[in-house]
Amino acid sequence: MIEHFDLSMVNWARAQFALTAMYHWIFVPLTLGITWIIAFYHSIYVKTGSEEWKRLTRFWMKLFGINFAIGVATGIILEFEFGTNWSNYSWMVGDIFGAPLAIEGLIAFFLEATFFAVMFFGWNRVSKRFHLFSTWMVAVGSNMSAVWILVANAWMQHPVGQAFNADTARFEMQSFSDVVFSPVAVSKFTHTTSASMLLASFFIISISSWYLLKKRHIQMAKRSIMVAAIFGLLSSGFVAFTGDEAAYEVAQNQPMKLAAIEGLYTGQHNAGVVALGLVNTNKKVGDKQDAFKFEIRVPGILSLLANRSFGSFVPGINDLVYGNARENIMGAAEKIKKGKLALAALDAYKKEMKKGNTIASKKSLATFNQNRDYLGYGFLSKPEAAVPSVGISFNAFHIMVFLGTLFPLVCLGFLYFSMKDVLLEKRWFLGLGTLMFFLSLIAHEAGWVVAEVGRQPWTIQNLLPVTVARSNLTTGTVQTTFFMFFVLFAILLIAEIRIMTKQINIGPEEN
Amino acid sequence: MNPIPSSTALMNPPDMPSPRFFTRIFRFYLNGFRRMTVGRTLWKLIIIKLIIMFAVLKIFFFQDFLDSKFTTEDQKSAYVIEQITQYVPHTNDPTGGKEK
Repeated sequence: MIEHFDLSMVNWARAQFALTAMYHWIFVPLTLGITWIIAFYHSIYVKTGSEEWKRLTRFWMKLFGINFAIGVATGIILEFEFGTNWSNYSWMVGDIFGAPLAIEGLIAFFLEATFFAVMFFGWNRVSKRFHLFSTWMVAVGSNMSAVWILVANAWMQHPVGQAFNADTARFEMQSFSDVVFSPVAVSKFTHTTSASMLLASFFIISISSWYLLKKRHIQMAKRSIMVAAIFGLLSSGFVAFTGDEAAYEVAQNQPMKLAAIEGLYTGQHNAGVVALGLVNTNKKVGDKQDAFKFEIRVPGILSLLANRSFGSFVPGINDLVYGNARENIMGAAEKIKKGKLALAALDAYKKEMKKGNTIASKKSLATFNQNRDYLGYGFLSKPEAAVPSVGISFNAFHIMVFLGTLFPLVCLGFLYFSMKDVLLEKRWFLGLGTLMFFLSLIAHEAGWVVAEVGRQPWTIQNLLPVTVARSNLTTGTVQTTFFMFFVLFAILLIAEIRIMTKQINIGPEEN
Repeated sequence: MNPIPSSTALMNPPDMPSPRFFTRIFRFYLNGFRRMTVGRTLWKLIIIKLIIMFAVLKIFFFQDFLDSKFTTEDQKSAYVIEQITQYVPHTNDPTGGKEK
């Protein structure tokens, strides 16, 4: 079954998509987060009339503009890839994604393009209030446009509000509100945007720390840090809260992902999280090897995260692959059986329709509809194929959580030393501060690795594996474009770093 | 077009006559672009990037796979159905189907 597909082409297409998405995500979270902080700085300027706050606002606005300009249109490449490398998928989800992505386009164009210009060109040329309003609208517009792409991603993780049309081979939207307000979409949006605010806080803290280390623009750097540290502290609390909600949603809708990110092979009551551990990468599903070379588990926490109850049962990879009758968990083997029934019924339906045999076609369609929730499993060759990479999922998740725990402590430290006005003396802490932006970028990328690697083998959870979502292209074609993008992205990244570092070195305009 | 009301947020220099709304917006953008410093470099970069993406990558390397092979929606759906049912099992044996 699945081995008939060209796995090499699929893997190169996945690598290309991962490269593009991870490159795109270098710019997006900073745009989403820093617009809010700039709006706060701008508000303080309008309230106080202080030229120092104006200078500060303009400086961060300029760096935001550089990031926006370099990042703009990198997301379009993802859409190119959908149509070229993932044409089956593109066709099948066109009805679901058409509306959200069209709304995104409109919002991005009207809100961002209009108010973006006023924000940058409006100093002394429009009223102060309208200028401030425009800055806030840029923040609202940027984050609103992120809603729709995150809704699309959430739908792939939890495909609600849809029905598969056997005549057109398309998933058709049955309920717009179910798609937009799905709990997965809500938790994905809130977690992503709050994490973006945290990243933007660290962007400001990192650059300001560097100024303080160099004893340049001291007043501006201190003021910037004070606001960014408060913003970062509040954001990190929100990140933890929304992260807990995201974990709950994963447990309810993607239990295999949860088992993979905790390396849990055998389901447990009172299941614990691994505080520290080294994954045994030689371990295969169903064998007798230990999952970890060493591990320190904190009991009960995973049950609490997954089901809001310490003693509750959390299924492990073995339960989900082979089934667990005692806990009423259907294994992948049984799902594969139902998936194959769905596929056979779909094929029979098309053939009967062609022959004009209405009664037989209706019977086949009924069989398909009974089993359509397991459609994707029909493509899997064996139950073990339903398991994602445990090593990658576990490591990415734990890097994200470790850094996420460090972030509020660092924000608290910056706030404390700022209030005591001793930041300039704490050079070691300023040194740590310069690294924080890069650490928060790593946390962001790790978060996306958890979300996307953890849901393998699915493009659309339970319905469409990546091997079937692809286009019928040769491996060489995809390899060529992969390396073209690699070179293009490297050049663009170098350009951004050069322009950005030049502006940081110049610093804010002097009075 | 009516002249812009005095309460508008787009202000005029005091010595200039009140131009029409769209003229004011045009001038606002024009002056904004003229005064750009680092923005000029960024716009050059954006334009180069867009040319590479749309005039090179999209046209020569990223044609829409289905659009390049089929002209009608029916043809596309028939192709995708064929793609997803090409390895339909002939039995209900979960260990694997028979290739058509």
